[in-house]
Amino acid sequence: MAFLTTFFCPEGGHFALALACALAFMQGVLPLIGLRRADSPLTALARPLALSQCLALLFAWVCLIMASLGDDFSLKLIAETSAINKPWAYKIAGLWGNHEGSLLLWVTLLSLWCAGLALLPGQSTTRPEKLPDRLRARILALLGLVGAGFQLFCLTTSNPFLRLWPVPADGMGMNPLLQDPGLAVHPPLLYSGYVGFAVPFAFAISALLEGKADTLWARYMRPWVISAWALLTLGITLGSWWSYSVLGWGGYWFWDPVENAALIPWLTGTALLHSVLVVEKRNLLQGWCLLLALATFAFSLSGTFLVRSGILNSVHAFANDPARGLFILGLLGLYGGGSLLLFAIRAPSLASSQSGFAPLSREGALLLNNILLCTLCAVVLTGTLYPPFMQLLLGRTLSVGKPFFDATTIPLTLPLLAVMGASMALPWRQARTDRLIPRLAPALLVTAGNILPAFWLFSTPLAAFAALLALWVISSALLDLIFRLYALPEGNRQLHRLPRSLWAASLAHIGVGVTILGLCGMAGSQERLIEAKPGTHTTLAGRDWELTALTPHHGPNYEAVEAHLTIRQHDAHGPLLAELEPQIRLFPQQGQKTLHVAILHRPLEDLYAALGSVKEEHDPQGQSHYSAILRLHENPLASWIWLGGIIMALGGGLHLLPSRRRLMHSARKARS
Amino acid sequence: MRLLLALCLLLLTITPCLAVDTPDEMLPDPALEQKAQQIGQQLRCLVCQNESIEESSAPLARDLRHIVRQQLQQGRSATEIETWMTQRYGEFIRLRPGFSPATALLWLMPLLSLMVALLLVRRLWQRSAPPPTPLTQEERRTLNSMLKKD
Amino acid sequence: MRLTRRHLLAALPALGAAGLGIGFVRMLHGLNQGHFDPRAINTPLTGQPVPGFPALPPLPDAPGLPGLTRENFQNIKKPVLLSVWASWCLPCVEEIPFLRQLAASLASDATPLELWGLCYKDQPARAAHWLEQAGHPFTRLGMDQDGQGAIDWGVTGVPEAFLIMPDPQAGGRIVWHGTGALTETIYQTQIIPHLEAKP
Repeated sequence: MAFLTTFFCPEGGHFALALACALAFMQGVLPLIGLRRADSPLTALARPLALSQCLALLFAWVCLIMASLGDDFSLKLIAETSAINKPWAYKIAGLWGNHEGSLLLWVTLLSLWCAGLALLPGQSTTRPEKLPDRLRARILALLGLVGAGFQLFCLTTSNPFLRLWPVPADGMGMNPLLQDPGLAVHPPLLYSGYVGFAVPFAFAISALLEGKADTLWARYMRPWVISAWALLTLGITLGSWWSYSVLGWGGYWFWDPVENAALIPWLTGTALLHSVLVVEKRNLLQGWCLLLALATFAFSLSGTFLVRSGILNSVHAFANDPARGLFILGLLGLYGGGSLLLFAIRAPSLASSQSGFAPLSREGALLLNNILLCTLCAVVLTGTLYPPFMQLLLGRTLSVGKPFFDATTIPLTLPLLAVMGASMALPWRQARTDRLIPRLAPALLVTAGNILPAFWLFSTPLAAFAALLALWVISSALLDLIFRLYALPEGNRQLHRLPRSLWAASLAHIGVGVTILGLCGMAGSQERLIEAKPGTHTTLAGRDWELTALTPHHGPNYEAVEAHLTIRQHDAHGPLLAELEPQIRLFPQQGQKTLHVAILHRPLEDLYAALGSVKEEHDPQGQSHYSAILRLHENPLASWIWLGGIIMALGGGLHLLPSRRRLMHSARKARS
Repeated sequence: MRLLLALCLLLLTITPCLAVDTPDEMLPDPALEQKAQQIGQQLRCLVCQNESIEESSAPLARDLRHIVRQQLQQGRSATEIETWMTQRYGEFIRLRPGFSPATALLWLMPLLSLMVALLLVRRLWQRSAPPPTPLTQEERRTLNSMLKKD
Repeated sequence: MRLTRRHLLAALPALGAAGLGIGFVRMLHGLNQGHFDPRAINTPLTGQPVPGFPALPPLPDAPGLPGLTRENFQNIKKPVLLSVWASWCLPCVEEIPFLRQLAASLASDATPLELWGLCYKDQPARAAHWLEQAGHPFTRLGMDQDGQGAIDWGVTGVPEAFLIMPDPQAGGRIVWHGTGALTETIYQTQIIPHLEAKP
């Protein structure tokens, strides 16, 4: 053990970080020189360099984790964010809940993506669909250059391995709100998504440098877009679930700049996901697709880093240090600005096909999808940046919040859903209306048949309308699968014989529909705020909610009061539905109070209770009585919001699995 | 650093505020209370910014919630209450900025973006070549003979 | 190379990004210099007449210290610096030595301004005790116990300060508003220019 701690000491980590930076720089420069001189030994260095850079960064992580688990408060980062009595899982997860640690996570994830690229089998005669070696070397080099810049930033301004003197006896502890399993996994997922878009970015730069973005290029790039998109989707879903289940006011999306910063690259990433299909199948829209790939990564970068600079009025801004801010802007200018400049110079000379483009076709629907997604993105971007720019340019302050975003994004999402439902049935090139109508009729009938139930079930006409559109999306995706099944030859009509990409797309679309249904359901959530003594009954949403007791509760690093709620169907004598135990927790070290909400997830609704505060009153006999302020919610279809997100990501994941034909091929090879 | 702000930042980072701290704040008439909540959700808390006054537990937000309810009971309209608030705290307090020359770009962004997109797409459609013309008799004959040879 | 519409279109994203970049650099610069604050709430009252507000009573047992009403501003002869404070507020404690020093210099000089106070959401006993200890600098003090007066002034926290110029028609006009503890530097750089600009 002593050997381990000496070996993985913070200085070792510091050294590994510096080494990784140097390796990343080499990974960026040497293969490019090799490619230029047609000198294959230098080109072949890309893969080993990427792997060793990744190993160095993982070593740095081990050092940091060892220091954190060993309560080494001589490290500034650990003294500021950890404490002896912090649960050990959060000693690890807490490392990425701050600026330095999250930046190290960012560069490490980038190096993991590089390692993934380096480890995957390359192109060979039996695998013509894989990446050719030269393209891979170029992409690894470009990613190395991105990584080198951010590792330099990490080393010079945000080094997690800095020592502190004098060494404190205990750390300052971590923000209790961040001590939640959801938030422990959220940053790695979200960041893998953000960072993952560096790969399509590198593909785009490489296409611009070569002056060629064709069908093959799109086919090589598509899996990387999908995987980054799936991870970003999961990250956003988890973040939203965290704010719903931890913040304790029943909301799931607040249009905070930090949330918008994740939504913007998701919107352009989704647009990219669809436009890359058009390039692959029809060799059209190459310039647009390239721009989306560049913009998505540029937005990811700005999203991750601008929210920290203090420019945006976000709750999440980390301590801002002028040197950091300028360095970040410099990097953004270099990577974002530089790539857009390259685009401005090279894109006009890209070869583009002059072939036909019919409005009523698959590509037409995908184009419409891109227009709507990018308009949504423009709205969110403008709304987020308007206040600081107004203040800068006109010296006026104003706010752009949830009411604005609701008013502008909902009217854009509804047509998007309408197009989505129809798009799967549209063939490439040119649709024939006489064939299209019978294809869409069943889904239309399903939707039309549910008009009355929808308006009866959902709380507002808008929610009902949106829910119908969601139903249209889901039913058309499902029915499309059936149509495709019947299009297969007679003997092969099995669901698993349908192409995987079809399954993936249907699943992703169904996920969107499910999320929208959840949002529509949440529009009708009911809540009640009560002040209750033990024994009090309240009625909410046709249930009887009884506060049975208030009890103290001791946690590892907090003290809590727990409210015991019993929920019965109909009235106080109805069948027992649930018992909820929300807490209010006091973390003495930080002097901070957090709400620990209790949620019962049911298929069609969430029962949600938060304990706001507890009051003590003395009666004339000197006995103390406690009463609690409780906030009770009934949230219809709430869990569907996040379920939909997971289904979307699953759709993406399904697409990445090796194809059936490939599996059979390798099985046959193994047998022979 | 001002105290309220400092408190907010220190104690309430990432804002665990619980809205409406006590039930007696709420109006007895549910319809009016709902209207009050709707108005309150449009007003930004000036202390724990990034929250509406309905969501924030800052004392100033509580006072403002109280004022909203008082004025509603006096029969004032939502617009009158919003004007009353902007007279004191400026445009900053409105989470949904009013339409003015300064916010025109913000509000017109969706339309503008859609229009630009349509212009670009129109170019794409104009550029697009007409669908291939049907084969002539002679071409068809050649094609058939070539196919037969295979 | 001939410049076509394609070139122009392809250059647009880069131009947009450059615009945003320049904006961000200027914002960061402003943040560091202290003249750009994304959390700032510019009160709409600057340049406006003194707002209507409920009459604020004086401290119960402070004979020489009258309360504060809207009418008090009607016939002021000298500019008034109105300080919003509370005894429970730490930055107000930091601010008081400067205010006292200012009050002392005002008493001895040909006085350029008067110093009034608005005590925000404070218990009278505590406020009185605090003033006694600190040696109060004010010539008028209004007790705003429920905070309604401060809301009419658009106050979002303590301490804040307003500079009001005599204007008999409007009943006093607010020319400057500051948030945070008042310091010598702020007084010299932001308040003095207003006093000197007076004809």
